[in-house]
Amino acid sequence: MLAILDYKAGNQTSVLRALSSLSLPARITASPADLASASGIIFPGVGAAGQAMNQLRTTGLDALLRDLAASGKPLLGVCLGCQILLERSEENDTATLGLLPGFCRRFDPTRNDGGEPLRIPHMGWNALHIKQNDCPLFDGIEDGTPFYFVHSYYPEPAPSLTLATCDYGSEFAAVFGRPGLWAAQFHPEKSGNAGLRLLYNFHVFCREHSEARHARFPL
Amino acid sequence: MPGSLCKRLIPCLDVRNGRLTKGVKFQGNEDIGDPVVTARRYYEQGADEIVFYDITASAEGRGIFLDVVERVAKEIFIPFCVGGGISSVEDMRAVLLAGAEKISLNSAAVKTPELISKGARAFGSQAVVVGMDVKKVEKNPAQPSGYEIVIHGGRTPTGLDALAWAERCESLGAGEFCINSIDADGTREGYELTLTRMIADAVGVPVIASGGAGKPEHLVEAVTTGHASAALIASMVHYGEYDIPGLKRYMKTHGVTVRTA
Repeated sequence: MLAILDYKAGNQTSVLRALSSLSLPARITASPADLASASGIIFPGVGAAGQAMNQLRTTGLDALLRDLAASGKPLLGVCLGCQILLERSEENDTATLGLLPGFCRRFDPTRNDGGEPLRIPHMGWNALHIKQNDCPLFDGIEDGTPFYFVHSYYPEPAPSLTLATCDYGSEFAAVFGRPGLWAAQFHPEKSGNAGLRLLYNFHVFCREHSEARHARFPL
Repeated sequence: MPGSLCKRLIPCLDVRNGRLTKGVKFQGNEDIGDPVVTARRYYEQGADEIVFYDITASAEGRGIFLDVVERVAKEIFIPFCVGGGISSVEDMRAVLLAGAEKISLNSAAVKTPELISKGARAFGSQAVVVGMDVKKVEKNPAQPSGYEIVIHGGRTPTGLDALAWAERCESLGAGEFCINSIDADGTREGYELTLTRMIADAVGVPVIASGGAGKPEHLVEAVTTGHASAALIASMVHYGEYDIPGLKRYMKTHGVTVRTA
């Protein structure tokens, strides 16, 4: 089972619907027991970084997420959930979880997209340029496939963590992380078949990871 | 070089009492009239987003419509917007909880502009689209842009200048505009490009061109000359005259960045 972290930050139901359409068992939950027993965790999010971090701190989910990530539990941050995995966000000048090194910056409205003014939020379908082909999240996804983005701030992780990029005003990391701790700036649950495929790929990774763990530590 | 962000093609479905109000025909298929089935079909054909307008008047019809929204959300995995009959933050919440990404405020925004700011605070600007029905008028001191906002399907003039209204809505937190020209609507002779461009150049958020599309070149004009980020289509695709993949191919051939499925 995949757990979708419930911290009242928006799109968790959309993520659940997308997983259900793939017949993947999933639950929206904030229960430590559920999160610990899940094969992997999807960390969604819509809204502002400051508010989301307050909610995580008040509920103690920030510490729980750090522990789970440290224990090797597979985690996929989506949209705001992706940005919060970094150390700090310019949005509300907020200290964020710091599970991955890097920052979140505001789009520069003085830049342009192919000569057209940069409208903010970056909203709509934009091509994903895959930089690390061997990342299991991209299995079956072609380089250049468009995904659906809605955001006013963009992630700037440590360069070595970048797995795929997107161009809007400048090139930014659209997917980053390390095996089992990933972040995607777009909304896979709203990105048609390509997005569903990425969610499915995450599920497959989680399942294999969980089976490998059980093989190593038989009950 | 064209921009990297894709221009969106958005079919619009009018729903009354849970059924489509205009027949929708697909090649080799009968008109089924079910908005969920139709939305699924457009999704599979590569629509970038879908807009639903609830033109039901009754409270009972409202409940049926929310049920449609919930069923749509289980079938399509692209963003969709819901408009019509939304006149409170509670209405917005109900539609967003049912699975829509965006709500569109039209007449209600004119009557109660604070709805825009309340909606933007509660759900984020990206969720609040302001739909504007616009009519061309003689330039005058009250409407210096030469365009006036009308409501009730174009029957009631409001006295509001279209350009000033768009700027006000943006400052209240509107995250997107859908600019519907009452003059062009139904003509199939193309979008009102002067109007579309005027609003698109004045605001920093995306603009959807609406009303008047009849030929593939109109879509290209909307996003090039008209500076729109997206084009709304209805009859062009509903009656099977064109299909979304074909329209996308046409746009791509003409240098427009589009998402091809």
